[in-house]
Amino acid sequence: MYRREKEIIVTLISMTLIMVLYSLYVYNKYIAVNPEVINDFRFWGKAFLILIPVTIVTIIIIYIIFFIINKIVTNEDLPQVTDERDRMIELKGIRISHWVFVFGFMLAMASQAFGLKPWVLFVVLFGSGFVSTLAEGIAKICYYRKGY
Amino acid sequence: MGKCFISNNIRKLRFSNDEMTQQELADKTSVTRQTIVAIENGKYFPTLELAFRISRVFKTPLEEVFTFYEE
Repeated sequence: MYRREKEIIVTLISMTLIMVLYSLYVYNKYIAVNPEVINDFRFWGKAFLILIPVTIVTIIIIYIIFFIINKIVTNEDLPQVTDERDRMIELKGIRISHWVFVFGFMLAMASQAFGLKPWVLFVVLFGSGFVSTLAEGIAKICYYRKGY
Repeated sequence: MGKCFISNNIRKLRFSNDEMTQQELADKTSVTRQTIVAIENGKYFPTLELAFRISRVFKTPLEEVFTFYEE
């Protein structure tokens, strides 16, 4: 398997783990204790803001571990170049990710237009962010396998 | 306008140039080996810049490396 494909798979697994563990943490610590908190905009603001540094730090730690393990197992060094094909695949992946997120954003807005509770908006936004990341990774793997 | 195809002779040229490896060609053109593999297999069409860099490595005109034809 190509090195970049491995990196993408590591990112996908990391993101899934982060999302599941973070959701469980937030649910058990806040929502299970006080269910009314889901209608509090401050709670959602904090939940989203804390998720960003948590994701960044966790991804960095997982990448470092991945590079060390990969070096030990395969004796490969860090990739020296990001060439035109990598950049093109990156752009195509981001484009798909944006489309998926825009669709999720529309769904989130529609939920409010149809009079659903505000927490539905945040859950859909949260979910669409996650699904768009998955879609980007899967699309990139497909492009790498397909050649372009 | 018909369907276009671009074929290449990179594999032949590599062998006629002291059996140059894909990795050596990749290093000389500043791309990854996977990109060279994709080009050789006709799965990826390089930019004009990379096409010229490849032809320069083999010291041959661009048309001898890549062939364009349409149905």
